[in-house]
Amino acid sequence: MAKITKVLFDPIFKENPIALQILGICSALAVTSKMDTVIVMTLALIFVTSLSNLSVSLIRNYIPTNIRIIAQMTIIASLVIIVDQLLKAYAFSISKQLSVYVGLIITNCIVMGRAEAYAMKNGPWMSFLDGLGNALGYGLILFIVGFFRELFGSGKLLGFNILKPITEGGWYPTNGLLLLPPSAFFLIGFIIWALRTWKKDQVEEEN
Amino acid sequence: MLEAYLSLFVKSIFIENMALSFFLGMCTFLAVSKKVDTAMGLGIAVVVVQTITVPTNYLIYNFVLKAGALAWAGFPDVDLSFLGLISYIGVIAAMVQILEMALDKYFPPLYNALGIFLPLITVNCAILAGSLFMVERGYNFGESVVFGVGSGTGWALSIVALAGIREKMSYSDVPHGLKGLGITFISVGLMALAFMSFSGIQL
Repeated sequence: MAKITKVLFDPIFKENPIALQILGICSALAVTSKMDTVIVMTLALIFVTSLSNLSVSLIRNYIPTNIRIIAQMTIIASLVIIVDQLLKAYAFSISKQLSVYVGLIITNCIVMGRAEAYAMKNGPWMSFLDGLGNALGYGLILFIVGFFRELFGSGKLLGFNILKPITEGGWYPTNGLLLLPPSAFFLIGFIIWALRTWKKDQVEEEN
Repeated sequence: MLEAYLSLFVKSIFIENMALSFFLGMCTFLAVSKKVDTAMGLGIAVVVVQTITVPTNYLIYNFVLKAGALAWAGFPDVDLSFLGLISYIGVIAAMVQILEMALDKYFPPLYNALGIFLPLITVNCAILAGSLFMVERGYNFGESVVFGVGSGTGWALSIVALAGIREKMSYSDVPHGLKGLGITFISVGLMALAFMSFSGIQL
């Protein structure tokens, strides 16, 4: 039981894929200007990471080491195609907003990295949990960044007005910078700073 | 005609910079930007691979995958576009492998310089995104070549610039918790702000 908790919750704070392992940053920055894209992206990543870890782990003893990357790639790409087709069928407008970033889950290093680092060496159930935990850790950072960007950038959350902007007769002057790319970099930089002030052992040594 | 290509080229390097305005290839962008030399090596490798894969994927998309693209083979009703993602990544992996073997045989010095970076490029999202953008924006063949060169160059330019900044940064006194990744993110943010000043340029 203790092991399960460790595998599931360690990636969320202690070994966060984005803040510590520098994995999967592209999409973390690109989809965070609104909360609804964040939610869809997180769900998609949970689906892909946990299932790819599960499948890679199930066949790990049959994959020859030389072609393991191609085998993993094929599994991941098939799962991403499923997600992409589902989104196009049931959430077309969000799939348009996410544009190429759904396809880019294939090259999201979290998926590949966990398949290579964990699923190749561990049993299916633990690998599934590891995938889930890492996807949740990724989702957590996305939620924090998305929350700040949408709330202070456009005064809304999930499309509902929270801080009524001046342009619509309210009082809140929207901070347009937060909707632009650079702000995502700043926010993630600050999150890492906060996390590392809290957990001092994560600080990198000077090299 | 030429003007349109030039405009697309400048646009893909500066205004729609792959790394700084679309956040693509970030993992390698942050991990391999500690020294200017290695950043330069990776940058050149990305330009080469991007220039080859975008036009190749253009041909694959237009003659095999697109709805009705197989008409030349006698299957006018077939639509294979859902296989897009898996074919692009396959093409990219194959191209990187071929390039690696060709360089090893004919240009050993370049192979040794790029050596470790070539396999890494397969999972660089800037490469896959180049192909996806090409499909999404419906470029023609000429445009896809120009876009491939331009977007690769833009990415290379920004990683070299970041490596330069990080080399200088080793002399400065950064707050303890911000060391390493944190300060890198913030400097990339500042670079992205600087690059946004190009966005007003119309050619």
